[in-house]
Amino acid sequence: MTSTTRLSALEMDAIALRHPHLLRGSSNKRLRTILISVGLVAYLIFSWWFFSIGHVLGNANWGIAGTYLADWVSYEVRPEIKIARDKTMTLDYQRNSPLGHNPNPAWVELDKETVTRIVELPAATAQTAKPKTSSSSFSFMAPGAALGTASTATEQNRVETRTEEIITRAVITYDRSTKIEIAAGLVKATHRGETLTMAVDGQDTVTPQGALPAWATQKRPGEKITLAFGATGWADVEGDDVSIRNRFFGWANFLFDTNSPFFGKSYGDVLSLITSGERIDPARSNLSLAWNNILFNAEWQHLDVWTKLMQTVVMAFVGTLFASLVAFPLCFLAARNITPNFLTNQIVKRFFDFLRSVDMFIWALFFTRAFGPGPLAGMSAIFFTDTGTLGKLYSEALENIDDKQREGVKSVGATPLAVQRFGVLPQVLPVFASQALYFWESNTRSATIIGAVGAGGIGLKLWEAMRTNSDWENVAYMVLLILLVVFIFDSISNACRSRLIGQKTH
Amino acid sequence: MATSMLPRHLSENGALVERHWQELNSRRRLYSWLGFAVLVLALSGSLWFANDSNAGKFFDRLPHFFDFVGDLAPRDGLEIFRAMFDLPSPYDDGSFKYNYPDGRLYLTESFYIPEYVHKMLETVNIAIFSTVIGTFFGFIFCFLAARNLMPNPWVRGFVRRLMEILRAFPEVVIAGFFLAILSLGPIPAIAAVSIHTVGALGKLFFEVVENADMKPDEGLRAAGGNWIERVWFGMVPQVLPNFASYFLLRLEINVRASTIIGAVGGGGIGELLRLSIGQGHQAKTLAIVILLFATIFAVDQFSAWLRRRLVGDQAFQLAQ
Repeated sequence: MTSTTRLSALEMDAIALRHPHLLRGSSNKRLRTILISVGLVAYLIFSWWFFSIGHVLGNANWGIAGTYLADWVSYEVRPEIKIARDKTMTLDYQRNSPLGHNPNPAWVELDKETVTRIVELPAATAQTAKPKTSSSSFSFMAPGAALGTASTATEQNRVETRTEEIITRAVITYDRSTKIEIAAGLVKATHRGETLTMAVDGQDTVTPQGALPAWATQKRPGEKITLAFGATGWADVEGDDVSIRNRFFGWANFLFDTNSPFFGKSYGDVLSLITSGERIDPARSNLSLAWNNILFNAEWQHLDVWTKLMQTVVMAFVGTLFASLVAFPLCFLAARNITPNFLTNQIVKRFFDFLRSVDMFIWALFFTRAFGPGPLAGMSAIFFTDTGTLGKLYSEALENIDDKQREGVKSVGATPLAVQRFGVLPQVLPVFASQALYFWESNTRSATIIGAVGAGGIGLKLWEAMRTNSDWENVAYMVLLILLVVFIFDSISNACRSRLIGQKTH
Repeated sequence: MATSMLPRHLSENGALVERHWQELNSRRRLYSWLGFAVLVLALSGSLWFANDSNAGKFFDRLPHFFDFVGDLAPRDGLEIFRAMFDLPSPYDDGSFKYNYPDGRLYLTESFYIPEYVHKMLETVNIAIFSTVIGTFFGFIFCFLAARNLMPNPWVRGFVRRLMEILRAFPEVVIAGFFLAILSLGPIPAIAAVSIHTVGALGKLFFEVVENADMKPDEGLRAAGGNWIERVWFGMVPQVLPNFASYFLLRLEINVRASTIIGAVGGGGIGELLRLSIGQGHQAKTLAIVILLFATIFAVDQFSAWLRRRLVGDQAFQLAQ
């Protein structure tokens, strides 16, 4: 058979010549394709200009994007080493450091001396210098060290006698190939086999000795030098100050915050404390104390996050359920084959359109005004919008039903209600339920976003966490929970739908 | 119980069948009641929880429900019209409430676009632009995720999971993240809406592709066409009308989405609406609501009309 249809090139050309319209396609069609492509390109260029995309992307701070992304799954510890004019140093951790009070991590090695010295201060700075001294000694990090400052402030004389512990040498180890060593006015940074030595004068000038390696940048001579060590952290070296940013993978203090008695203990220790340890708080058992500490973790706010997530879920569930309950009777009025009254059909359909077109967002804003911020507002917004959407979909499903069943039920003399019950409902009920389930699932997503405008749920919490630009790990935690909930509902709703419709929906 | 209700004239086998049927029936009824009870329980629990954690309680607030309608009544009906078209107000006292002409965007010396119309156009344009971007990537992904075109389960699974994550990832977070990097403006909204659109459209698209007729594809394969040729000449022509229909459906949804994203900092009309409701500017609020309503209604109707022309009544499947 194939041999009879095999053509030589000459024959093919002959056929092509005889039926050119078959092979070329209509010029109309080709013109349309070209027009659409040209229109699309013109539109994209227009939008590029309209949103000034090039300009915005050019001015964006892409460096910070990497830091924010890294914050999702890691945290920084930020010791700050202040260098005085006599090249002695003090060490300070950030407030709310994830290492807790008086941290003494193994990656910071310090050589200390206790000295008594007389410091002369100009009268103008004496007032400001005093609290500074006490604050730095307050957060000294040596365990068991004599932290008290026996300072006898004699501001009138502009002279202070201080006995304090100072640091003469500090070694900060980032990882195996990266460390910073500070001693005697010299900062020595080693990264991947390259070493940079910088001289700091204790005031405002940094001088690199030798050429800067690729990982160090200095904008102007004497100004601060930024050392970027990639994922493991970075450091800023200034004349009187070295800021260390050491980055660790993971979420810091996920279970217990730094104020908890369980902070810093290993899982085994915590477990043994809970099961057999002495009561830390005599009023209650260690288990309830631990659970309480987890729930009210100041950094992660587990209880609040879970409550807000629950609100989001509830908003979607109740909103969709009520919407389908209200849309159900109304859609019979809207379907023209069930209610053969043009006016009623149109009124109900336009009512659905109205509910849908006044957007969920507007409803959310209005109900937030009416009920106050919280899930009631979000729930009502979802209810109103989805009554419209589900009503429209339901009435379309009704208009597409098979009329034979109705005829059959009607022909045996059933009452109108019985005709609907036995002639119509069995056909559409699976579709109705499946659509309601679909919207339940998709509303769980929408509820997140209307929450951000005040309508309750996790949206606002997410938004607040993002506004500060420093809580990205909390954002990651909430996103993870939301994804989890959405996937669970996705599977529940898909399983229900495929059982209802009797086939796999995807 | 079932036996006592059996009619006497049944044979033994008949009675067995009858009893079996009644058992099945009662079990089914039990399940229905159980399901119903669980639903009622979940509903009442949810309602109690929602009411309990709301700022205002439902029954306390209900008498004040329509208070805000009073807050929304402008000084006179024409104010709405003036606010919408940036005409000067007779009540102008220098405050933000009546500064309608301030927002005018002059194209020429005397011809201007009113502020709200301009912002509305911006919101609609955000929606169109992100739908175009989303369609582009969804179009590429869908062929990689369809069972009939991508026999490799790893690629297929990966693309599907990727689209699921893009779909489920909260838009607020994407918008917020880009807002932190870029300055205020429409681009965070575009990013958020497009990323969601890629996932949503990709899923709808690959379902269309999986239901497509494979005969053209077979023909192309027999003639030695490579994968791209098979997709381009065998698949695309038959799925294009459905794709276009889904594009329009998504456009409807995205107009709403870009409004909401606007309210959380993405520019456009959403932000103005949130501000004017918050500050109690009645005429401005009503002007924006009317404008928004009209736009969404028009977009919906237009897209419904076009979709009906493209694919007939099948166009009205659910999707979001």
